[in-house]
Amino acid sequence: MKRQESGSIFTLCSVYAFTLLSVLTLSGCGASENNVSAGNRSGTLHWGNGTEPQSLDPHIATGVPEHKIITALMEGLVLKDSKTLEPRPGVATSWDISDDGRVYTFYLRKNARWSNGDPHNAHDYVWSWWRALQPALGNLYAYMYFSIDNAKEYYEGSIKDFDRVGVKALDDFTLQVRLKNPTPYFLQLLDHYSLYPVHRPTVEKFGAADERGTRWTYEGNLVGNGAFQLLEWKINRRVVVERNPYYWDSENVRLNKIVFYPTENAITEERMFRAGQLHYSGTVPADKIAAYQSRKDPALHIDPYLGIYFYRINTRVPQLQDKRVRRALGMTIDRDQITQRILKAGQIPAYAMTPPNTMGYFPESDLQFNPQAARELLAEAGYPNGEGFPVTEILYNTSEGHRKIAVAIQQMWKKHLNIDVKLLNQEWKVYLNSVNVSDYEIARAGWIGDYVDPNNFLDMFLCNGGNNRTGWCNADYDQLILDAAPSAKSHAERLAIFTRAEKMLLEDMPVIPIYIYTSNKLVNPSVKNFSDNILNQPSFKEIYLEAEEEEDH
Amino acid sequence: MLRFALNRLLQAIPVLLIVISATFLLVHSAPGGPFSADKAVPPEVIKALEAQYNLDQPLWQQYVSYLSDVVRGDFGPSFKYSGRSVNELIAAGLPATAELALYAMLVALIIGISAGVAAAMRPNTLQDYLPMSAAMIGICMPSFLFGPLMVLVFGIHLEWLPVSGWGDMPGDKILPSITLGTGYAAYIARLSRGGMLEVLSQDYIRTARAKGLSEPLIIIKHALRGGLIPVVAFLGPAFAGLLGGSFVVETIFQIPGLGRFYVQAAFNRDYTMILGMTIFFATLIILFNLLSDMLAIWLNPKLRHQAGGRD
Repeated sequence: MKRQESGSIFTLCSVYAFTLLSVLTLSGCGASENNVSAGNRSGTLHWGNGTEPQSLDPHIATGVPEHKIITALMEGLVLKDSKTLEPRPGVATSWDISDDGRVYTFYLRKNARWSNGDPHNAHDYVWSWWRALQPALGNLYAYMYFSIDNAKEYYEGSIKDFDRVGVKALDDFTLQVRLKNPTPYFLQLLDHYSLYPVHRPTVEKFGAADERGTRWTYEGNLVGNGAFQLLEWKINRRVVVERNPYYWDSENVRLNKIVFYPTENAITEERMFRAGQLHYSGTVPADKIAAYQSRKDPALHIDPYLGIYFYRINTRVPQLQDKRVRRALGMTIDRDQITQRILKAGQIPAYAMTPPNTMGYFPESDLQFNPQAARELLAEAGYPNGEGFPVTEILYNTSEGHRKIAVAIQQMWKKHLNIDVKLLNQEWKVYLNSVNVSDYEIARAGWIGDYVDPNNFLDMFLCNGGNNRTGWCNADYDQLILDAAPSAKSHAERLAIFTRAEKMLLEDMPVIPIYIYTSNKLVNPSVKNFSDNILNQPSFKEIYLEAEEEEDH
Repeated sequence: MLRFALNRLLQAIPVLLIVISATFLLVHSAPGGPFSADKAVPPEVIKALEAQYNLDQPLWQQYVSYLSDVVRGDFGPSFKYSGRSVNELIAAGLPATAELALYAMLVALIIGISAGVAAAMRPNTLQDYLPMSAAMIGICMPSFLFGPLMVLVFGIHLEWLPVSGWGDMPGDKILPSITLGTGYAAYIARLSRGGMLEVLSQDYIRTARAKGLSEPLIIIKHALRGGLIPVVAFLGPAFAGLLGGSFVVETIFQIPGLGRFYVQAAFNRDYTMILGMTIFFATLIILFNLLSDMLAIWLNPKLRHQAGGRD
């Protein structure tokens, strides 16, 4: 009996051993070359891209991951310098701007081609921009066109004839754009994907021009005009683009392929980066930053980002109607403590809504951390030492980071103003709904600039601005942003107007600026010519790969 | 047996109908819609989008037209992934999820049964305590801890196995399968230990031993069939659970499966996607339960007799 039992144990042990052995044998095959070193040899960039793209149609897409892929596949009239963000020739070789700053004439390059070899000319822009302004298409970025004469009117239906919109092909290679007002940032807009041209025959082959969600952007269908063309789009797996031989600057494109991975989870993406499966990861989990910093890892890039983290105040709420109360709240947030103790990744404390040095603009702000003055303001408003101040709620969308900041602010307000604050977290879509219908008291918010200009941050708070959502309305402010700034005679005068407007905004404080974002990413040292800029926008046509020597073994 | 199966399938229809109706009502009553966004959405755009997806119709009308589509096997277009149909997305995610579930099941069965049987052979000795304590740890340890731990050891430190992917690199299916399978292996170990203990104490086993049969022969030929009935009953729900519950493992290992779609769909208020996936999983659960019941009947003469009696 005993012998038999030990025999059976032997059998079982051998099953275990077999399982273990097969795992090890299989893993032996697994120890092959990783993506990074294979990619360095073949010129394939492996890029961690956040989420699965919702759409690659430049007139439908809205997210950052989509943006990255689309800029590889398509190109606008003007590009941005990857370091300075100054305008550089794209499909247009050059352009003239009329003296009044309202008429732009673009001269298109004659060797521009679509990725199927079709000629690419000025008429493509007229048609594409017409398409982008069709309400049925549901283009959320239609407002990027509104500086063009009559574009807004056409989009909203008060003008039916597209010929009245300020875009005209003077001949095959000359495009004229007429603006409503001089718009100094107009050239920048042309590098935003919502103004990219689309290939008409391809779009129409798969449905009506203004039909949403046709299959023209899918693998095997998409025709673009960018440095790369779509090779593969496997849902939730990868999007692969390869060099487009018809691209006008093809000989200067050094990457052969880019593989975009839709990694939903930042922690997974960081692990993939560490294991050499990615050259680039666009997010670094907050807890890992310190470890990278402490070993001075060259892969870690932390750069200023054109975005602001702020709190919206619902000015319709009784206790928040008084601007002295709002100012007191703004003055008792210790931003240094938030950025240094909680965020710890180089974020900049914000005392104004526009990030500093946005197109040479440095906001002037009298906002400071000043609990003493804040207490006085609160007392003037009828709440001496916080007495009688109703319990107020901070709303944020569910996230550990937002919670930490809200808890810190809750404590600061209790300590400095002696007021009680409740915290409420809601799932993203519920939170969006609450903020949209003004069902909140104070709400966490963020804003990332689409283009580098103070206007992009300040026109949010116009009386009818869809993104205002605070109930704050100031006719003088609107006049400055809508009339005075666009008709300013010089850049300096324009900036001075923005300074006045921003002061007005901060004086009334319907929003409390908290900090300026940073973009945190991991970039393998073999990725060369990678430029950091405040839009966090890579230039794939410039990037190349070169293996580090010690990696070769 | 056939009548039993047909009967159960007929019962499934009202179950599915209730699942569809409840899900439909719940998703439509959740605050926030599929098209709400951080940036203000112009009313014209909202109108155009709602018209395109029939969201401008009264709810009952949407419900009726949705049901008639579902009957025809069409789950409708996804709201989030412009231009993709829910059927297409399910078809894209299913192979990876099914494959993962299958391998995880194999891992679970191999580890679970052998540990359970080993434990049952010498109850209340080290040979019992060791695998059973391991099983307890396996049940308690969540995959979001076990997975990253495995990745850390085998992927990053030893560099033996890829840390993510599915079918992209050799060996990338090993870690996810083990991670997902281990929790189930633990359950199976406990179930098979219990089943085996019961069978091993029966008279016919004593008879077999008295006849002088070798222990492995007794286990394999006589005890396993009866001892594994609880495991078989567990297989159906377990497999359905593996298919539907692989979200965490799919996220950790970047696997292009269904689980990620399901969870994302809820966050995105992708109504058709949530409904389509729910119906799909409900159907799978019903089918697998039926299959495992049929298997249990086939294995157990007592039940076979009952089911046959009904025939």
